[in-house]
Parts: sequence; C-alpha cells; structure tokens
Amino acid sequence: MAANEKNVVRKDNIWHGINRVRFADFVIAFVILLLSLTCILPFIHVAAKSISSDTAVMSKKVYLWPIDVTFQAYVSIFKDGQLTYSMGYTIIMTLLFTIVGMVVTTLAAFPLAIKNLKGRSFFAFILMFTMYFSAGLIPEYLLYKDLGLLNTMWVLVLPLAFSPYNMLIMRSFISSTIPDSLYEAAHLDGASHFQVLGKVVIPLSKPIIATLSLFYAVGRWNAYADAKYYITTKSLQPLQYLLSNMVLNSGADAVSLSEAAAATSTPEVLQSAVVMFATLPIIMVYPFVQKYFVKGAMIGAVKG
Amino acid sequence: MMENKTVAQDLRKRRLKLFGVYFRNNWQLYLMLIVPVLFVIIFKYAAYPGLRIAFMNYKPAKGYAGSKWVGFETFEKIFRDKDFLRALKNSLAFNFLDLLVGFPVPIILALLLNELRFNRFKRVSQTILYLPHFLSWVIIASVALNLFKPETGLINILFRDLGWIDKGIPFLTEKWHWAATYLLIGVWQNMGWGSIIYLAAITGIDAELYEAATIDGAGRLRKIWSVTLPCIRGTMVTLLIMNLGRVMGSNFERLDAFGNVQVKDFQYQLAIYIYEKGLAGSNFSRATAVGLFQSLVGLLLVLTADKVSKKLGEDGLL
Repeated sequence: MAANEKNVVRKDNIWHGINRVRFADFVIAFVILLLSLTCILPFIHVAAKSISSDTAVMSKKVYLWPIDVTFQAYVSIFKDGQLTYSMGYTIIMTLLFTIVGMVVTTLAAFPLAIKNLKGRSFFAFILMFTMYFSAGLIPEYLLYKDLGLLNTMWVLVLPLAFSPYNMLIMRSFISSTIPDSLYEAAHLDGASHFQVLGKVVIPLSKPIIATLSLFYAVGRWNAYADAKYYITTKSLQPLQYLLSNMVLNSGADAVSLSEAAAATSTPEVLQSAVVMFATLPIIMVYPFVQKYFVKGAMIGAVKG
Repeated sequence: MMENKTVAQDLRKRRLKLFGVYFRNNWQLYLMLIVPVLFVIIFKYAAYPGLRIAFMNYKPAKGYAGSKWVGFETFEKIFRDKDFLRALKNSLAFNFLDLLVGFPVPIILALLLNELRFNRFKRVSQTILYLPHFLSWVIIASVALNLFKPETGLINILFRDLGWIDKGIPFLTEKWHWAATYLLIGVWQNMGWGSIIYLAAITGIDAELYEAATIDGAGRLRKIWSVTLPCIRGTMVTLLIMNLGRVMGSNFERLDAFGNVQVKDFQYQLAIYIYEKGLAGSNFSRATAVGLFQSLVGLLLVLTADKVSKKLGEDGLL
C-alpha cells in the first residue's frame, strides 16, 4: 500500500518535470538571449552608422537605428572601385583555392579510408606531420620566393590549400558511410579505383564535400596574414588585407579612399560602410549554409 | 639443408608474386596519393632545409652558400634578447589566460543550450552564437573599435549618456584594459562554435540515464552534475589537453588586428616578434631560430598531451 502511494507521487513528479515550463527555463532563455544579442547588436550598430548622416554620427546619436538615412558612403565605395575590385578578385581567388583544396583532400582521403591499404599509416603520417611541426615563417617565405610565388595570386591559392584536419574529417566520413564490402563488390564487377571514386564515393560524400568546401572557402576568405607576408603588389591583396589597411592601420590606404570621398562622408561613417561591405557577404550566405558547418564540426568532434 | 633453401626461395617468390598482384590491383590508389604527398612535399617539407638559417649568420644578399655557419650562437643570442623574452612571456601568459577563461565558457553554454526549452528560439540563438567564428579578425577588430573607442565607441557613449563615467574607458588603448578586452573578445568569438563539440557529446548520452535519475528524484541541477557532466568528461579532458598542447602557439591575425602603439607591451608576442624581426627587420637567422624553438616546443607539448590523454584512458590526439 505504502509502496503504491510512493509510486503515484513519483509519477506525478515525472509529469511535472517534463511538461511544466518553470521559472528556471526563463532564466536560461534570458541568459542565452543576452549572449545572442552580444553577437548581433554590434553589427547592427555598425550597419546603422554606415547609413546615417555625418552629423548624426558626429554628434554620437546613432545607437542601433540609423538617423537621417543616406547611402552616400556606399556610393563612395562603389565610385572609388578599390573595394569592389578587391572583392571580385578575392571571390575568384577563394574559388580556386577551394577547388584545389577539395581535389587534393579527396585524393588523400579516399585511399586512406580503405582499411587494408598497405602503407596507410605511413602516408597518413607524412600528410599529418606538417600540422604539428611547421618550418616557420622565414623558411617558408624563402621557399615561396624560390618557387617564384611571391607577389602572385598563387601564393594565396596553393600553400594553404591542403588541410590535414579537413582530410581527417573526410576520411572518417568515407570510412563510416561506405562499407568495405561495397568496394569489394565494385571490384568484382570490374570497376577500377578511379571508377569507384567517381561513381560511388564522391556521389555518396556530397554532404561532406559541401561542408569541407565551405570550411576551405571561409578560411581563405578570412585569412590575411599570408597576404601580409608574401604580397606587396596592391592589386593582388585580398579584401581582408585591404580592410585591415583601411580601418585598422591609419596607413596610406586609409587616406586614399577618404580623399575620394572626403567631400561626402566622415571617416567614421565611411569606415563603418567599409566594414559592412566586407561583412555582408558572409552574413548573407551564413544562415543558409550554417547547418553544413555544424555537421562538419560534429564529425570533427568524433574523430578530431 | 637443400630443401630448406628452396622452401625459403619459394616463399620469397610467392610473397613477391602476392605483392605484385596486390600492386597490380591497387596502383591507382597510390597514384591518387602521389598528388597530396607531392603537395605537402613541395609546399611544406621543402621549407624544412631552410631551418638551417637558424644555425647560420644568414645574409639574404649572400644566400645559403655565402653565409657563415655559427652553430648555436643565434640561440644563445635570443635567450639574452630582451625582446624575445618579453614576447615569450607574453605569449605564455596570454595563452594560459585564454585557456583559463576560454575553456569553461563553451561547456557552460552547451549545458545552458541543452537545458533550453523553447525549440525555435534555441535554433535561432544557436545560429547567431556560431556567427562570430566565421568572421575574420579584421572585421571583429573593426567592429570592436566601433564599440570601444574612448571618444566615439558605442559602449563609452552609452556609459557617458547614462552618467556612469565622465571620461571614455580606454578599452583598446591602455594595456591592462586591452588585455581584458582582448581576452574576452577571444572567448566571445569562440564560445558558440566551441559549444558544438559538447552538445554533440551530450546528444550521445543514453536517455535512460536521465530517466533513471528522474525516477530517483533527481532535480535538474542534480542531473547536470551527476549525469551530463560525467558523461562528457572524456570530451572535456581531450579538449583541455589539446589546448594545453597549443600553449606555445600564437595567432598572428588576432594580435595584428588588435595591435596599436599604446598596447605594444602586451601585444608583443612570438608571432609578432618573428614577423617584425624577420620580414620587417630582415634579421632572418634570429626569426628562424625563434620559429624553430616555437615549433619544437609546440611539437613536444602535443606529443606529451597525446601521451597523457592516452594514459588517462581517453582517445589520443594522434
């Protein structure tokens, strides 16, 4: 009898535990809301500034909503042409980088995903060792100089195009989705390894190819240290590097654009517009491709 | 005796034949592997011989052949170099602080997200929280300037309007303020993305454990403490060790983007030292020696981390 009663009470508890939204839930939601706001309000502020009038920005009235809306700063950017050119160049460079990266990564990941490949761990070691021990800035600089890569677009496209980490992700995806028996069946049917790669592995690996392409593309799009090291020709500098010269270092570039736009915008407004110009492409594409990133991170987590 | 010899020969022949068959069946796989292997040889391994600069008095004009060997002299020099010691100290201090502040935050965030009830809100906020990971340090630093400049930064304007302060706080232009801002922005940038790994680990926990805990009368906090945390312990240990292994590294872009003259004291870390002495100052030998030191210690740390991780019964890193 007593035991029975206890059971009833416990069931009651389970019921409450599952369905009732409690005070704590709102506290948690509130904390998450605050954290999310820190990730989005700064950008809204910069966006608002970039389309506000100079006087409103100068008198420090612009918080999150634009005042006296004007697109003058963006007009200056397009008239000046420097940033639009750089964006086009960076898009092409990023595409090339991504293609090279994916080809090399796939050609490494597929053979290494086959468990009875002779010398598998030897090749894996050769490919991964560079991740843990790098020659460092100067030896690499001299190497790329000897290869004739300095001050060409290729120094941005080639050296970083193979990421051992991405290769690991792809390898574990292939070996977990495609059973070895499938290869055996394909070989019994007389298919070569190239045919298996082209007709079986790549079609089945589409999700991971999408994910890793995005990893490569975003990494390339954001990186600028190598441009700072290896490139002095201005027309070959990627967008992020140009941006760092314009906004962060008050170098020669900061002046050159504001001269063209001096009559129309203050540096404050113009700089906000420049930042938004470089940020918007990512923010616009990001919500649609976000799920691929998360998938990649999950696979990377399982076998990093 | 004779028989033994023929058996051995026979065996060797058969093995060779087997290998021939194996190779005839699989040469295409090796052909594929040549591409990535050549790639790393040309763009990575080919740079290793350049490390000898660290043991030479390298003059760019004279090249390798014309420069003199000096043994470990450069290394003796850098350990008497005040700039290097400062860069080393800063690198270690900031990396440890990064780890100390940055390690727990993604875990806490993952726990909060896991407890969050409102599904739609959860999905949207996750998307937003991952965003900073995908923006470059230039953009983050530019936006930070918009918020934190003493005169025109939004935060300072806000605080002044509210009457909390009279003078702008030099978040990014005074070294101690800079250190805090720099670290917190790093944590902020990584917290969302870092939480994914833990959320994945939490998703893998057997639901029966929670049911059992509920039946035993465990409340929410109790379940987090006694079920969730123990179940993601492996992930936590692995990540902690992995991060410890990286404590010699430095992120040039992050430092460069947040750098300015007023905060040079703290911003001067190994990546900056190598860049300024090497590429900007043309002191190739010294920069290479520091780079080699950094790589070697880094490799040693990673290997140790891997050993420790395996000893603790977790998956290794290598």
